[in-house]
Amino acid sequence: MEQSIYRYVIRHSLRAQVVLTLLAVASFPFLYAFYEVPKQIVNQVIQGGQDDFPAVVLGASLSQIEYLFILCGGFLLLVVVNQAFKYVINVLAGRTGERMLRRLRYDLYSRVLRFPLPHFRKLSQGEIITMITAEVEPLGGFIGDAFKLPIFQGGYLLVILAFLLVQNWVMAAAAVALYPLQFYVVPKLQRRVNSFAKERVRLVRRLSDRIGETVSGVQEIRGNDTSAYERAAMSAALGEIYTVRLRIFIWKFVIKFLNNSINHLGPFCFYSIGGYFVIQGRLEIGTLMAAIAAHKDLAAPWKELLNYYQRREDARIKYEQVITQFSPSGMLDESLQLGPAPANARVSGELAASGLALRDDTGTTFLDGVSFRIPADARVAVVGAPGSGREELALVLARLMNPTSGALTIGGERSDRLHEGVTGRRLAFVGPQAFLFNATVRDNLLYGLKHEPAPDARPDPHWAAEAAIAGNSTDDVNGDWIDRSALGGDALPRLREVLELAELDGDVFELGLRGTVDAEGDLREGLLRARRAFRERLADPAIAALVERFDADRYNDNATVGENLLFGTPVGGGFDMERLAENAWVMEVLEAEGLVPLLLEAGRTVATTMLELFSGLPPGHSAFERFSFIDADDLPELQAVLDRAAQDGADGLGEEDRRRLLSLPFLLQPARHRLGVVDDDLRRRLLAARRRFAASLPESLRSRIQFFDAQRYNAAASIQDNILFGKVAYGQARAAERVKGLVTEVIDELGLRSAVIEAGLDYQVGIGGGRLGSVQRQKVGLARALLKRPDVLVLCDATAGLDGGTHERIAERVFRELEGRGIIWSLHRAELARGFDRVVVMQSGRVAESGPFEELDRDGSALRELLAAG
Amino acid sequence: MSLNEEVEVLRRVPLFARIDTAKLKLLAFTSERLVFPAGSELFHQGDAGDAAYILLGGEADILVDTPEGEIVVAEAPRHEFVGEIAILIDIPRTATVRARTELTTLVVTKETFLGMAAEFPDVAIEIMRELAQRLADTTEQLAAARAAARG
Repeated sequence: MEQSIYRYVIRHSLRAQVVLTLLAVASFPFLYAFYEVPKQIVNQVIQGGQDDFPAVVLGASLSQIEYLFILCGGFLLLVVVNQAFKYVINVLAGRTGERMLRRLRYDLYSRVLRFPLPHFRKLSQGEIITMITAEVEPLGGFIGDAFKLPIFQGGYLLVILAFLLVQNWVMAAAAVALYPLQFYVVPKLQRRVNSFAKERVRLVRRLSDRIGETVSGVQEIRGNDTSAYERAAMSAALGEIYTVRLRIFIWKFVIKFLNNSINHLGPFCFYSIGGYFVIQGRLEIGTLMAAIAAHKDLAAPWKELLNYYQRREDARIKYEQVITQFSPSGMLDESLQLGPAPANARVSGELAASGLALRDDTGTTFLDGVSFRIPADARVAVVGAPGSGREELALVLARLMNPTSGALTIGGERSDRLHEGVTGRRLAFVGPQAFLFNATVRDNLLYGLKHEPAPDARPDPHWAAEAAIAGNSTDDVNGDWIDRSALGGDALPRLREVLELAELDGDVFELGLRGTVDAEGDLREGLLRARRAFRERLADPAIAALVERFDADRYNDNATVGENLLFGTPVGGGFDMERLAENAWVMEVLEAEGLVPLLLEAGRTVATTMLELFSGLPPGHSAFERFSFIDADDLPELQAVLDRAAQDGADGLGEEDRRRLLSLPFLLQPARHRLGVVDDDLRRRLLAARRRFAASLPESLRSRIQFFDAQRYNAAASIQDNILFGKVAYGQARAAERVKGLVTEVIDELGLRSAVIEAGLDYQVGIGGGRLGSVQRQKVGLARALLKRPDVLVLCDATAGLDGGTHERIAERVFRELEGRGIIWSLHRAELARGFDRVVVMQSGRVAESGPFEELDRDGSALRELLAAG
Repeated sequence: MSLNEEVEVLRRVPLFARIDTAKLKLLAFTSERLVFPAGSELFHQGDAGDAAYILLGGEADILVDTPEGEIVVAEAPRHEFVGEIAILIDIPRTATVRARTELTTLVVTKETFLGMAAEFPDVAIEIMRELAQRLADTTEQLAAARAAARG
């Protein structure tokens, strides 16, 4: 990337800058005329004598009044023309700036994608984010102004100055006498401000880093009670920023003070020197007025110019700082990522390493003199103690890192010259922690196939043209990116295949059971059949107790009071299960059924019990989890409500207090909470309220709830809930597990597994895959790699989080799936290396020995030592 | 059975005999009540343990695997804690407990149990007393068994 911002600007926006400059120059004559005309109006027309008229202008004879209006009309026209110039220039400059900002951000981001991996240890996520988002933002504005502003404003200044000089040079020279001083002193002061600004940039970056670290390390902070220490560190960091910012302000205002004082020297000169000349009769009053007006306008461009100077320095520093951070050595060559990928490339032949060494910039050696040759279709285990270099070797073999010296050839081609279209498609890498993107399971699995947009993709031409001007990618992100040829047919069968390979099918099936699906046609029928089949199973008394089915005429003790009342699933907003007491319609129904006093009393009982149980417990105690509707912080307030209720009676309570108490019983599940609050009378009345609620629900709220209806599929509820059509009973041993087993049986009998898995594939995994367990994430990573059908699969502790049995089963399936292809597996336990064609034993960055397992497994060998260590 | 009735049952558990009602109520409230059908196992010898059970109602057998097959070594006493050893120290279950009739239990998870012991010193002392008592009993039995073996 260009080392100076000016070079960057010229290289990417030369044409726009030239157009802007020409426009600025073209505007000057009009500007001069804009100051000249008023002078004419006053001096020649208004102050003109009777004998000057009718005047002959351009061959036409004009009276004084006619001449006045014509000149005024001209003046008006000039106002419009000048403003039009300003408008056009500003819009063009703004657009250029925005395009350049877009380009700059894109270029920086594009570089992040090519950073050598070790660079991410030096440059944190927080730093990268602030640099690309906040820090370069002002650069966009500056780039738009880079040439146009000094030329336009400088020209503006010169035009006005020229005008003033022409009127009366003494007065004009006096008015601008201190400008050179200003031009000399202000930048000096400015440099001081800039150095503080630079410091501020650095400090803020460190601050964001610190905050990022706090967020990631919050477990350690809370777990070690070091929050006071962290607060102190934060206070220190903020203090430093405060000091620097304060200095910046002080110096900025010093500069402002100087600037303003000097600028007001102008009017002083005009009134004194100009006034003197007018009194003397050596200057016409119109000229003085015009000069004062012109000088008033002089301040604006002058200020702009000084301001520009400040911004230029700022932009230069920022640009240089950012560029240095984004130009690490060892970056992947641009052509290997952006250039066209070689067609139908395959990795075959052998992987040959000769004298591979890997060191970081502190001189720590990870690999040293590693040489070997292995056929590309061999199954190779790499073993070694922690720190032996086996992890780094795996990264180098997957071309995720390049060796510091020595060479690795993959299929006869030097690895550091291989296009990513080869290494990223024909090789696959699974590390100890697979990263998942915040999307569905399906998206994450197919991620490994999103190399390029489909050849027939046609992005919106207008959008693409604009992107091209800013040097951005013109590929349509919403198009079809999935490499169909690698998939070999339909996505679903292949996805199911890899799910099974990674033993993920069961997990995805379960996610599907918890997922919702807008089932239509056959699927809806199938799921309703499953509901009936499940109901038949419940006829067996041994399992009847596991589920309490929904029955419009019966109260469900395993559902909450709220669910019993609504007897349906809320859709969108409208009915918030947690805040039913705030819902006007719900309250109306309860009122009509005379339930309010009963529920109020129930709320009081619940509150009393909770206070009895929880008072004196530390916040965060596990008991609070069970009563999810009460927070430790709410206890004192609840106590106050109860006290008021005891004093004035429940009826005397205020609206707010009543709502608080009423909100409590809605979340009660009698079978679970066993508070003895929901008695038969309350149940009966709640059933009546349920009927009233459904019968008289206003039209506007009908779409807000899906009632439980044995004959209808409920698209707002999960697949499992649809099949159960009831609640898993509390208090039955292993009920959830057994119910899941039964549901699974029913689903398999009716051939619905595929549909459920599809629903599971649509499960959103959350940020970083946080909604999945770590083992599941790891399996997704493995399945993603297998989906690519790589020529060589490189794994590094890919099954470290899995138990031994699972590892063995998965390894066996991976071996079968990749028959005739290469597998290089860096293993956390040497024992697992059995069954590989070849074992490479690493020791302090060197290959200690390599060969078949049986050969190496002898007394005194490095492998035996590792085996003994477990 | 409501919370208050459960508290009454808990009061009869020797380990909790000296603990005051409010704390027992909290224990009952924070613990799940589980019903095991007759013939089902609460846990099996060798399993990892994550909870202890208080038998609220019904009957259960304690069994041990031997080379000759499973043998019943005792009947689980009503209102007694079973499976607490495995949550005090991380060892696999030392025996199997199986419901003979339908069995109602209160499941006390490891966190709840240790949490109670940590929060209420009374509970911890009571546990120590109980364990010491058992140790004394076992020592006595061992001595008696040795004496019997010698004699």
